Amino acid sequence: MSSTKYILGIFDDPDELMHGIDKLQKNSVPIYDVYSPCPIHGIDAKLGIKDSRLGYAAFMFGCLGGTIMFSMVYYMLVHDWPINIGGKNAFAIPDFVPVTFEWTVLWTAFGMTFTFFFATHLFPGRAPRVMDLRATNDKFIIAIDAKGNTPHADITNLLKEAGAVEVKHNDRKYVSYE
Amino acid sequence: MSTHNSFDEQFEFTGKVKTYSLAAIAVGVITILAGFLTGAGERTFANLLLMGYYFACVCMAGVFFCALQYVAQAGWSASLIRVPQAFAKTLPFAATLLLVIILCGLYFTHKTTLEPGGEEVVAPYLYKLWALAGVTTPGNPHFDPIITGKSVFLNRPFFITRLIVFMGSYAIFGWLLVKYSEGEDELGGMFYYRKSFTISCLFLVIFGFTTPIFAFDAIMSLEAHWFSTMFGWYNFAAMWVSCLAIITLTIIWLRTQGYMQWISQDHLHNLGQLMFGFSIFWTYVWFAQFLLIYYANIPEETVYFVRRWEPEFKPWFWLNIVINFLAPLLVIMSRDSKRKTNILAITCGILIVGHWLDYFMMIMPGTVRATSHWYTEISVLEIGIFVGFVGLFIFTTLNALSKFKSIIPKKHPFLQESLHHHI
Repeated sequence: MSSTKYILGIFDDPDELMHGIDKLQKNSVPIYDVYSPCPIHGIDAKLGIKDSRLGYAAFMFGCLGGTIMFSMVYYMLVHDWPINIGGKNAFAIPDFVPVTFEWTVLWTAFGMTFTFFFATHLFPGRAPRVMDLRATNDKFIIAIDAKGNTPHADITNLLKEAGAVEVKHNDRKYVSYE
Repeated sequence: MSTHNSFDEQFEFTGKVKTYSLAAIAVGVITILAGFLTGAGERTFANLLLMGYYFACVCMAGVFFCALQYVAQAGWSASLIRVPQAFAKTLPFAATLLLVIILCGLYFTHKTTLEPGGEEVVAPYLYKLWALAGVTTPGNPHFDPIITGKSVFLNRPFFITRLIVFMGSYAIFGWLLVKYSEGEDELGGMFYYRKSFTISCLFLVIFGFTTPIFAFDAIMSLEAHWFSTMFGWYNFAAMWVSCLAIITLTIIWLRTQGYMQWISQDHLHNLGQLMFGFSIFWTYVWFAQFLLIYYANIPEETVYFVRRWEPEFKPWFWLNIVINFLAPLLVIMSRDSKRKTNILAITCGILIVGHWLDYFMMIMPGTVRATSHWYTEISVLEIGIFVGFVGLFIFTTLNALSKFKSIIPKKHPFLQESLHHHI
């Protein structure tokens, strides 16, 4: 029994990587994931990745931020400590709009960022888990779960034929745990 | 993928749309005549100014669209740029029309009152507050010290010169951009693209500094005692959103007629995003203008909103915000709805009518003033003249579009990027 956990096909060129994906799919080899230093057009559709739901999270956070700020200003300026400002009503809605707007934007931005961090297991100070460090630099990588995908030599050949400059058989999933 | 598209395809302006647009123009002409014959001269002029301004603004925003794409070196829009170019081509006509309306409004006079219930004076149909004879002469019964203070800027020769220079320069830039693009079709290469880039940069600087003044002149000076420095940007937002909506609707219509088959959901998605974003921007400037006046509560400033808060205008005041802010916000916020052509087309329609209402709220309360009921503020006169100008717009722009040798700039350097646009 081989100790290989993941097979990585390392490509120099995104077009060759796309070609590699086609080849693997034609041979019914399931792809675990693809890593790239830059976005590649059309890869989501090819890998069958669903549309991101980050926008919905952003919308929810925006609504939440707006509601919190509106309630806060209402509590402060109307309920708890009404102040006479220019003879206007304590509950003068136009005055509330700028802060409500700002908090809606702020919570949308922060909420979206933190949702993204959460979904991608990232956070400032945390060592990112990557399968091969060069995927963040100049290489394009297809990862294939080795378990159940045999024979490994055939997969290696497929990747090589598609133009992989290197094929790695890794014994552990990530090269960089913290 | 795109190889089966014919890039020599020319738009043919025939059939139903030509008949209908001519019929709409006829409806407009009849309504205008009826308006003058029934004694509603001032109201007819206010409506002509509204639609003339709307028409000219959409055309100059078409030039702005083209220039923006060149300056940003945007690729996605290359295959649809003929549509705003057709608007730019129509600008000389639209500008002349607006100028004629304004000149007639300035020089034809009638008996009217400056304030409701005031004494009768012989005043011009448009801009009566500052264009009235004797308004800057001390000792004259109509002498107005506020207007006199502004008369260095607001006097007929300078006012007319500004309008001619501004709209004339926009029209020249639009003409040059179209000329370069047509030259590019023959010659190819980067020569004309670089030239377009240079004059687009120049145009954006000139346009950015002069459109606020153009809006001050054409619309804000109707209520010459009042001013707002936000007014120019507010008008810019309105013209830009309405132009985007009209570009989108034109493209959707052209696609149903079998043209521009290379335009995909991705291009429409982009246009939808722009429409959505600039509707929010419109609300932002609208509210920025309102909030400062509301908060400072100085009578000479609040008078503007007091007139718009009369029971006759209040429903329209609220409707303006609902259809120009809430409708695009709720309808085209999500990705899916921007990618559904029907929903996008409906939103375009809402925004086109919405910005008509926006201009209506800028012009009518200060000129025609409240009539009897809120529902009589928008009558057959408003609708008829709107229909007439819609017909005129469709006729002139589609005619301009049909004059292009091909409906796509076939040697545009970014054409392939646009044809393979994907988001």
